[in-house]
Amino acid sequence: MTRITPQLFERRIFAEALRSSVLKLDPRVQLRNPVMFTVYVGSLLTTVLWAQAVLTSSDESSGFILAVSVWLWFTVLFANFAEAIAEGHGKAQAASLKKSRTSVIARKLVDAERQETVDVAAPDLKIGDLVIVKAGETIPTDGEVVEGVASVDESAITGESAPVVRESGGDRSSVTGGTRVISDWLIIQVKTLPGQSFLDRMIAMVEGAKRQKTPNEIALAILLAALTLTFLLVVATLLPYSIYSVFASGVGKPISLTVLVALFVCLAPTTIGALLSAIGIAGMNRLSQANVIAMSGRAVEAAGDVDVLMLDKTGTITLGNRQATRFIPASHIEEQELAEAAHLASMADETAEGRSIAVLAKKQFGLRGRDLASIKPHFVPFSARTRMSGITLDGHEIRKGAAEAVETHVRSLGGQMPEDVRSAVQSIAKSGGTPLVVCRDSQVLGVIELKDIVKGGIKERFAELRQMGIKTVMITGDNPLTAAAIAAEAGVDDFLAEATPEAKLSLIRDYQKGGRLVAMTGDGTNDAPALAQADVAVAMNSGTQAAKEAGNMVDLDSNPTKLIEIVNIGKQLLMTRGALTTFSIANDIAKYFAILPAAFASTYPSLRALDLMRLTSPSSAILSAVIFNALIIIALVPLALKGVAYRPVGAAQLLRNNMLVYGLGGLVVPFIGIKAIDLFLTVCHLV
Amino acid sequence: MTNNGLLQIGLFLGGLLACAKPLGWYMARVYEGQTPRFAGWLTPVEKLLYRLCGVDSAQEMTWRQYSYGILCFSVVSFLAVYGIQRGQGLLPLNPQGLSAVSPDSSFNTAVSFVTNTNWQGYGGETTMSYLTQMVALTVQNFVSAAVGMAVLVVMIRGFTRANAGLIGNFWVDLVRGVVYILLPLSLALAVVLVSQGVVQTFGSYREVPLLELTVDASGQPVTTQKIAVGPAASQVAIKQLGTNGGGFFNVNSAHPLENPTPLSNWLELISILLIPVSLCFTFGEMVGDRRQGWAIMAAMGVIFVPLLLIVVVTEQQGLPGLSALHIDHVAGDRQSGGNMEGKETRFGIVNSAMWAVTTTAASNGSVNSMHDSFTPLGGLVPMWLMQLGEVVFGGVGSGLYGMLVFALVAVFIAGLMVGRTPEYLGKKIGAFEMKMAALAILLPCATVLVGTAVAVLTTAGRATIFNSGPHGFSEVLYAFSSAGNNNGSAFAGLGANNPFYNGMLGLAMLVGRFWVMLPVLAIAGSLAAKKKIPVGAGTLPTHTPLFVGLLVAVVIVVGALSFFPALALGPIVEHLQMTTN
Repeated sequence: MTRITPQLFERRIFAEALRSSVLKLDPRVQLRNPVMFTVYVGSLLTTVLWAQAVLTSSDESSGFILAVSVWLWFTVLFANFAEAIAEGHGKAQAASLKKSRTSVIARKLVDAERQETVDVAAPDLKIGDLVIVKAGETIPTDGEVVEGVASVDESAITGESAPVVRESGGDRSSVTGGTRVISDWLIIQVKTLPGQSFLDRMIAMVEGAKRQKTPNEIALAILLAALTLTFLLVVATLLPYSIYSVFASGVGKPISLTVLVALFVCLAPTTIGALLSAIGIAGMNRLSQANVIAMSGRAVEAAGDVDVLMLDKTGTITLGNRQATRFIPASHIEEQELAEAAHLASMADETAEGRSIAVLAKKQFGLRGRDLASIKPHFVPFSARTRMSGITLDGHEIRKGAAEAVETHVRSLGGQMPEDVRSAVQSIAKSGGTPLVVCRDSQVLGVIELKDIVKGGIKERFAELRQMGIKTVMITGDNPLTAAAIAAEAGVDDFLAEATPEAKLSLIRDYQKGGRLVAMTGDGTNDAPALAQADVAVAMNSGTQAAKEAGNMVDLDSNPTKLIEIVNIGKQLLMTRGALTTFSIANDIAKYFAILPAAFASTYPSLRALDLMRLTSPSSAILSAVIFNALIIIALVPLALKGVAYRPVGAAQLLRNNMLVYGLGGLVVPFIGIKAIDLFLTVCHLV
Repeated sequence: MTNNGLLQIGLFLGGLLACAKPLGWYMARVYEGQTPRFAGWLTPVEKLLYRLCGVDSAQEMTWRQYSYGILCFSVVSFLAVYGIQRGQGLLPLNPQGLSAVSPDSSFNTAVSFVTNTNWQGYGGETTMSYLTQMVALTVQNFVSAAVGMAVLVVMIRGFTRANAGLIGNFWVDLVRGVVYILLPLSLALAVVLVSQGVVQTFGSYREVPLLELTVDASGQPVTTQKIAVGPAASQVAIKQLGTNGGGFFNVNSAHPLENPTPLSNWLELISILLIPVSLCFTFGEMVGDRRQGWAIMAAMGVIFVPLLLIVVVTEQQGLPGLSALHIDHVAGDRQSGGNMEGKETRFGIVNSAMWAVTTTAASNGSVNSMHDSFTPLGGLVPMWLMQLGEVVFGGVGSGLYGMLVFALVAVFIAGLMVGRTPEYLGKKIGAFEMKMAALAILLPCATVLVGTAVAVLTTAGRATIFNSGPHGFSEVLYAFSSAGNNNGSAFAGLGANNPFYNGMLGLAMLVGRFWVMLPVLAIAGSLAAKKKIPVGAGTLPTHTPLFVGLLVAVVIVVGALSFFPALALGPIVEHLQMTTN
């Protein structure tokens, strides 16, 4: 799948969104959003009032009623459009996923010897069925490899073109429907029902078909409904008040229904109401653009709240493998001599550690690989018995290995371990490194220090997390000594050494008991219990089926640092909601000042003192407010889709900034906007 | 603003703050069940009451049981107050031989005192016997205040308890509130008030010779005056301390036998706000973080003080009509100046304005001047303070729990803005809490708006509006703002002792009391059942000036958005007409 990061208003999505914003005028669709439903009813009402004005007579001019009505309809359409465009982005992603879900004929094994097959359509497979998939064929559905080893192209899911190896047993046994076997064959046991495979769920998720409102979204919806109800009451009671005012002061006429509806729509939190679902969908889209599939919106929201982040050491905090960082020669031995010997001993060592020794030797002393063919060396590969590897060259035996193994080796040749080397070995072990001793014949030359290399920039990320109020915990199988050293270097807040699945699980439970929300990543089957317990659990796509089932998100890139990004996206989602709610409410102040003096101009002309914007006429004031209210929705669609920028600063600082921008901004912007629209309408003689 | 005015405001606020902190600490101990040693002598009274009522003080309740307890207690209280009024002609302690109160007025008054509103449609000295004043009304002054405080304490327990189903025992909270807090304070205040000349007697009304002779409407000389007396001091003390406000006499605290001297005025002013302010400290003390209490108090103060200054300044500024006639009414050291209509010369503008703002901030319905005669803006402030939901100090208990509901809304919005699902004092605020908070804020507001609408649309409602134009509208709006938010303050200028207003305002008071109280109890129950989340760097601190500002903004914005149109048609347009004509 090609990663889609569509332009905000890509033409195809745009056209589709226009179409569907009209289709969404269906009252059943509108009813799902109470705030916008009231606007919808208001639009209908003003349309009827307009018809009445045209056919019979009315207290307002039919042109004015029509203008209000049209802009109310636009308000509804703009809200529909915002939702549609967010959905469009999701659908575009889903479409490319769907391409890989073409119908597949599976070859089901029907006999105990796993020889005979019958062809079965993929949707007819049942859990527990065994299927064989050969090179060039597509895996019909999610399952577990029970036999065979094969390379599989998973680019349909991950976008990563390099094939991965899948084999029975262990942590690489899970396969996903829709991926392709490139070489060899696999026998797969079906693990999910048709229509519920990973790919299916992913499509449903990005399409938003199964979108349920998240708890926070529901709470906000309640607040917005309450506000809407309040304004409905305020506006509804304004009619009697107005009638009484006319009665008591004996001049003017009561406020018209059209103006009441206009006032109500302007006051109701339409800005956030219109954009609320778009914000939610856009949040999920951002997540899938980050190549993470969330199984529920709830998990994304929870990500914003995470207090504790549990990260595996290997691959997340440190580079995957240990690397040589230092040569420590024995006394009377030059460092370069040690480096040369170590280099030679590692020439045939294709492990990452071996290569890192060669790299270090080259970096420090400019040693290069020699033309091995001319010197006819004899390579001694690593064996479990000797626990050493090396080379025999010009009659010299050069070996490297663990301290004890080398000591035994040199003793047998009549040499011995020098004291300084022994103490160097100890101090390396103490600081979290791994010592490798190098010897030539019976002489010990010195020690190579291998260390875990902490990833560049990770310390800064952790500092950032700390500022966000998130505690990081490193999980490692290392002994506590090594773990402590790496933890200190990486700047994590805490670590769990010699971690077993049980220890991980109980650590998560402990944090949760203290009321904290825990996020973790995992890939192995033995991570599954901990993943299931964690509040935000990101399974690596390369991991086992069990891990993926246990998690509530899957990272397609299998990148454990992705958690940090997920937390950001979660926070952004909530912040966007908060910012637009504040903005929406703050807007109301200006609208009051625009509409109220206009609405009561005939009864109480002195209320004109409240018209701070000095708008042209009562009808232009009301119309300007309605138009502003509609246009602001469209103006904020990009913000709703992109989300409010999140910077990792303390909560108080964040609140101050956002209050300033969206609170104060929300107060000031409509004054300017309404005045500008009023000027425009006046200049163009539209009112 | 005169220097004298500033000095008086300073004396009032200083005296208040000095008393509030120790009292707040003491009340926290009382409600935590740890009676301080100096109050130990009251313990036998407490134990005796439990034994008499068969209360098992160790047995705690769920929030539903607690609510049920409050409702039952309120129904019984209502029936008792109603019954005593209807039967007072047959009951003792009625030296004036006052007959039964009318059914609609009895209903209104019973609701009014049970809901801690103390709206008075009746005139005390011409309607109520001493027995009714003491046994029906004064008793309710104590217990309705104690109920409000109990509900607040339950809400605080919602924050302090974790994974708990039980939130305390209603009868225990009620009894402890009365015995340890309200009774001793009232006793002390009543004695001091008597020393200032507040009357306390069972004797009948006195007929005294007039010092300055006058003639009546038909030209006949008038030589004597009947002076109403009665057991007033005991009622006045609790009417202020319990934010009740129901005066013994019709003109309430403007009456020389209820509020005779500047000292009694100062003491009564302080006692009006004493418990509401102290409860902020109680809150901080009980949640184990005093800064939280300070923050809430600061938020209330930030709204209160500027509004107080506005009223003092607008009343002292005087009237354009008088200025046009070249009348010198500039406030200064030699004359009160300004708008003195409806104000006692004993108190002057500053003390009248302080009283008006204090009583409407706290839900205390007493008056020492006639709010109807204030300038339009001077009248707008007390009205708006009530419309804010009586959360700026507010009624004892009810003000703070109302403010805490607003705090939940504020943290909800603030939480979103910092990218965390909202939490307050370690409790996550979810959909249920928001639903209940919305009810608690929305319903009183709806009551005021709808009640006013019905009154101004119907003939019965319009019939007793004494003023025309926007001022008449203000009178109705004020009455419903007062009843719907359980304040009890009256603007006057509206004939309210008739079946229409007695019924409508009675209903408004019921909604304003119980439709806030029950959602608050539900929130408390839900919060208590939740686990407690530790504070981290990502948690939004709720004791900072920033949060105080946000809380103030939420209260003001909700109040302004809900009532701006109504106020525009009442005091605002009246002010504009007055200044432009």
